[in-house]
Amino acid sequence: MTVATNGDHYEPRIVGFLCNWCSYTGADLAGTSRMKSAPNLRIVRVMCSGRVDPSFILRAFQLGADGVLVAGCHPGDCHYQEGNFKALRRMTFLKRLLNDFGIDERRLRLEWISASEGEKFAKVSTEFAEQVRALGRLRLEVPEEVSAVEEVMVS
Amino acid sequence: MISLTIDGIATQVAEGTTILQAAKLLEIRIPTLCYHPLLKPFGACRVCVVEVQRGASYEVISACNTPGREGMVVSTDTARVLAARRLVLELMLARWPNVPVLRQLAAELGLEQPRFTSTLRDERPDACVLCLRCVRICEEVVGACAIGYEDRGILRRVVTPFNQESEACIACGACAHVCLTRHIRFEGEDYKGKPAEFLLGPNTAIYMPTAQAVPKVPSIDPETCIHFKTGGCQSCVQVCEPGAVNHKMVDEEIELDAGQVLVATGFDLFDATPMAQYGYGRLDNIYAALDIERMLNATGPTGGRLLLKNGQPPRAVGIVHCVGSRDENHHRYCSRVCCMYALKFAHLVKERCPQAEVYNFYIDMRAFGKGYEEFYSRVLHEGANVIRGKVAEVVQAGWSKQEEGTLLIRCEDTLIGRFREIPVDMVILCNAIEPRQDAGRVGRVFGLSRSPDGFFLERHPKLDPMATMTDGLFVAGCAQGPKDIPDSVAQASGAAARILATISKGVVEIDPIRAEIDEALCSGCRTCGPLCPYNAIEYLEDKKVSRVNSTLCKGCGTCVAACPSGAITGYGFNDAQINAELEGILTL
Repeated sequence: MTVATNGDHYEPRIVGFLCNWCSYTGADLAGTSRMKSAPNLRIVRVMCSGRVDPSFILRAFQLGADGVLVAGCHPGDCHYQEGNFKALRRMTFLKRLLNDFGIDERRLRLEWISASEGEKFAKVSTEFAEQVRALGRLRLEVPEEVSAVEEVMVS
Repeated sequence: MISLTIDGIATQVAEGTTILQAAKLLEIRIPTLCYHPLLKPFGACRVCVVEVQRGASYEVISACNTPGREGMVVSTDTARVLAARRLVLELMLARWPNVPVLRQLAAELGLEQPRFTSTLRDERPDACVLCLRCVRICEEVVGACAIGYEDRGILRRVVTPFNQESEACIACGACAHVCLTRHIRFEGEDYKGKPAEFLLGPNTAIYMPTAQAVPKVPSIDPETCIHFKTGGCQSCVQVCEPGAVNHKMVDEEIELDAGQVLVATGFDLFDATPMAQYGYGRLDNIYAALDIERMLNATGPTGGRLLLKNGQPPRAVGIVHCVGSRDENHHRYCSRVCCMYALKFAHLVKERCPQAEVYNFYIDMRAFGKGYEEFYSRVLHEGANVIRGKVAEVVQAGWSKQEEGTLLIRCEDTLIGRFREIPVDMVILCNAIEPRQDAGRVGRVFGLSRSPDGFFLERHPKLDPMATMTDGLFVAGCAQGPKDIPDSVAQASGAAARILATISKGVVEIDPIRAEIDEALCSGCRTCGPLCPYNAIEYLEDKKVSRVNSTLCKGCGTCVAACPSGAITGYGFNDAQINAELEGILTL
């Protein structure tokens, strides 16, 4: 896997799955409020954190992400009532699985960011970027024969 | 019906009507003292005597407790009647020479000085004249029986049982209300200045909420209504001719089916009591903005006059801006309306008390709207003083007799760079607008998000300021953030128009973002069913597959992520789209 590098300088690539109603709006608020946050986060908007299929996260790691942030509404505030609880359950299981894959579980982070928490969004994304930077580049060794498995996973 | 004649006028009245009531219907005045329309006739004072012809003889009897009889001929002002009344009054006046109501009646009868002297002569103008209306109203109407009388004849006195403080008294004030001579008074009824309603709520149990109340009907305050305390009274029922008073009415919960909701729950006024430096609730003559608003209202407790607690108009008034707003310790936001209403107060104080000095203490003057800056300069020209600086504290001024009751405002005047102490005798605090205390609960009921300041969050601050994240749910006014009346009207009109647009269209557009199950791929495992918060997924027993009801589905995608067979497609956010997006953003 290649990572954008500038000499020795390393910038982690982080994928953020943000729910449409809270976290994405929160990120928007951070932007309109002109708050500074780490530029490492690449955002994928989903309708609900409950939509985040664990396979998306694995796929993101496979495609070269060094960290994945999943953010949803605060418990009890979910626009779809309880999608964020499902995300919480899936992420908890996935973290155990990540260790088996040889991926540090700290590379996956689940956060509750409400639409009004632009400040929290900026803080979390900056903090997480720092954390992932400290963990270093994610190096996955993908044997040739696994590519068949990959096909199944993506479909 | 029976026929009788009073002072030569023939009339017909219902059976049981007393002579006094019949005369009243004919607008013939018979003087009374112990009579009260809410009470049973008592006949104690004998002032209401009239002459009744019976056959060939004439009889002088009291009108209040004599029912009319068929063919009765009554005269109310013959010489015998007047002589009898004069004698009664003479006897009463001998004992209570200075009671106004007796003196007035005596003057009407041409009586100047009584011929008698009384051993129990009482010079007080508010002496008890033993009409016993108080005792009777307490028993008959209120039903409390808290007062009675002791002893007999001329020694009779109105007392509480055993002359002790009566536990039966509910402090309704009915006895004081019916007292002829103000012998019984309600504590605090002569209290001027701080209007009673600020402290005690409405003055009567049945009241009009405001002069402009909509609907304009009075309501009953169960806390003060005698009926709810003793089960008696119901005087209002007796006097209400249409029979509109209903004591059995209770609060009820009404369930309404609504397709759209406009949340306009308003704001709370910041309570300045915790800001001890401003003395609100601790020192006299310090008012919150809404107290003053009420006081300056023409229908308010002081009739629109600006008064100090001692009933005098103020000589100097300090108006403190930004109380609780623009303050790191309370609310960081600007309350938006305070500068302008503070200037309005300055203008009104100048108008109501032209000799009074007005001081506005501001941080920044925010005259932001159409015509506002012009109003600001107008108030300045009217002679209001404006001091740029936050008030440090408000304290009681010195202790000399002259300064008694005045206040001292300590502040920094940042424009001259000096510390100043300004004596005033009234302080008006411009409290911040804050979210309703139950905004969190309302937000949860409707699924509304709130911004960091606690107000409800709009869908977009610029492009969609009245809609919320939930379809069919709108916000308007101070529930969404501090704003003045023009802004609230604009926002609410916009929201109402949006609602009406949907109603007139007759159909609701739903987002195309929803899930669909490919029946060919579905294994019928029913993992998705219980995940759906909207019960949009039904299981088809015949085909052994699940199906999404696309009208109920909101497109959250929880089922899409959970389907082990990959049979569910989330339109707009399907797996292929998201994977492609991931590839795209991770290419570089």
